[in-house]
Amino acid sequence: MSEAAARTRLGALALVAPLVLFLALFFAWPLVSMLKESVSDPVGSRAFPLTAEAAAGWDRQSEPPDALKQAFVEDLRNIDDQQLLGDAVRRLNSAQNGFRTLMGKTVRAAQEQSGPLDLAAIDAKWTDVRFWRAVVDSTNPYTDRNLLAALDYQRDATGKVVALPADASANTAILIRTLWIGAVVTIACALIGLPYAMLAVSLTGWKRQLLLGAVLLPLWTSLLVRTAAWFILLQEKGLINDTLISLGLISGPLPLIFNRLGVVIAMTHVLLPFMVLPIYSVLLAIPKNLMPAAASLGAPPWRAFLRVLLPLSLRGVVSGSLLVFMTAIGYYITPALIGGAQDQMISSVIAFYAIGSANWGMAGALGAILLVATLALYAVYGRLSSDRGGL
Amino acid sequence: MRLIDIARLVFGVLAVVFLIAPLIAILPLAFTSSVFLTYPIPDYSMRWFRELFVADVWRLSIVNSLIVGTGTTILAGVLGTMAALGLRNSGLLLPGLFRTAFLLPMVVPAVVLGVGMQVFFVQIGFANTYAGVICAHTVVAVPFVVVSVSASLAGIDRRVERAALSLGASPFTVFRRVTFPLALPGILSGAVFAFATSLDEVVLTLFVAGPNQRTLARQMFSTIRENISPAIAAAAFLFIVGTLLVALVALLIRRRASQAKQPA
Repeated sequence: MSEAAARTRLGALALVAPLVLFLALFFAWPLVSMLKESVSDPVGSRAFPLTAEAAAGWDRQSEPPDALKQAFVEDLRNIDDQQLLGDAVRRLNSAQNGFRTLMGKTVRAAQEQSGPLDLAAIDAKWTDVRFWRAVVDSTNPYTDRNLLAALDYQRDATGKVVALPADASANTAILIRTLWIGAVVTIACALIGLPYAMLAVSLTGWKRQLLLGAVLLPLWTSLLVRTAAWFILLQEKGLINDTLISLGLISGPLPLIFNRLGVVIAMTHVLLPFMVLPIYSVLLAIPKNLMPAAASLGAPPWRAFLRVLLPLSLRGVVSGSLLVFMTAIGYYITPALIGGAQDQMISSVIAFYAIGSANWGMAGALGAILLVATLALYAVYGRLSSDRGGL
Repeated sequence: MRLIDIARLVFGVLAVVFLIAPLIAILPLAFTSSVFLTYPIPDYSMRWFRELFVADVWRLSIVNSLIVGTGTTILAGVLGTMAALGLRNSGLLLPGLFRTAFLLPMVVPAVVLGVGMQVFFVQIGFANTYAGVICAHTVVAVPFVVVSVSASLAGIDRRVERAALSLGASPFTVFRRVTFPLALPGILSGAVFAFATSLDEVVLTLFVAGPNQRTLARQMFSTIRENISPAIAAAAFLFIVGTLLVALVALLIRRRASQAKQPA
């Protein structure tokens, strides 16, 4: 018996294993690579390996010991990869202005002369501890620079975390905008979705089927098609503006596309099914005789609604809201096509860094923030839906 | 009471119009003769469907979508069906953990996954290949297969399989002659979902595909973004009609499956 049980267990594992391996390779590993990309800073450690070793004995405040200086000179002599040298100079210059000319001079001197060099004689900047700190900092293969920059922070010369100047970065503003658009879409979905689900439950026959079909058809339709459809409706000469003008309600076209309003309308349409379906399934489970019971105990309809039906349906509203909000903050396609420059959400910024400027460090750091937020919301959602099973 | 009924009717009609009207409004524009994607339509013509099948960018993107979609359907179908069969087995440790892990690709934002795949695919030399795009699509398509096959496996009466075993059938024969035919509706609808997911996938494709793997969805995305043309409406028309056909087929399969369960 136990042998048979062991065999079925082995069989089950063998069946599950291919998908586990596939997802480990093509789902988990890419996410790990992205996170690694956001904290990795390999240029300095590859360019200056001897400096990295020698830096251990330095306190970062006083004049660096001679061993550190000569290790750095030795590293400069050893670099034969011009690409690597260029990357290292760029990396150093981004941490401390003035490295570009300084490194040019120093590399030339290091290659022309042999033996120990008097760096202070080549350029007085080498007597400035800040430049040595930048060199030593660059040899750390890991950095929190991208993660800090993603939240509009940086490290100052002494290594303390400080806020970036207001004009230097807009990431916090975009994060807040993302959460704000997500919240507005969630509220809009709840305001339409709750009455819609209640109406669907209260109806029977073809009317209920029609309401459910109207939710399911968009859900099954391609996201691109729905976005294209909203593009056609919302554009300046679109159906909505044409209709309103021909009815005489407005004289000129309303600005509906490439702005916040258009994004919210299109996203509400796209995400409404995720609100209606959870509420609908919760409402279906409520016993039919509760409302008549409340009425028989003397509650007027509005009171029975407020005290009985609404609290019971709140669970569905909460799971639906989490689902909508979680999906909304990660949206890319709809804001990219319907929104203007002021309506781009965090996903657009990530895509810009990754595709537009090949800055995978920043893309990874912003991606890490979005990933953590989404997984946290999903964990809450999972907890809520498993609670309902126990109720 | 009458006022409430009128309010309910008005709200219901408005909500249904909000949900359905955009999908209907785009359909007639597929047949416009104009180069603009606006009403009123000057004249009806098939020029944009011709454009879809004759112009190189569109034709190639349709072929690419079919290649990638077929690859994704097969890969996700096989991996997902096997995993669902394994998950059904009570012997597996921590089945809840596996189930959650298999659903995670639906949760992680596509752009985040896209950045990771772009970095990783460059490292392993998978960038700008059909295999890379198929694997990327399979990651997001496989949860649908697992869910759909699991649901149909849950409906199978285990005694039927035990009866077959006790009559001397080997485990493989039981699977081939009993379990597989009973689970087939779930496998088929999972495969359809996988194909549809691949067909509609834009974001991952944007990150991992090269110009040679440009899919229909990717082509639609850049057409809306750069030079909106009624070819979009023609493509959307095909998508919507395709969706309705698939929904109809799924309905028929389900109806046949439920009829088969009833004693003749």
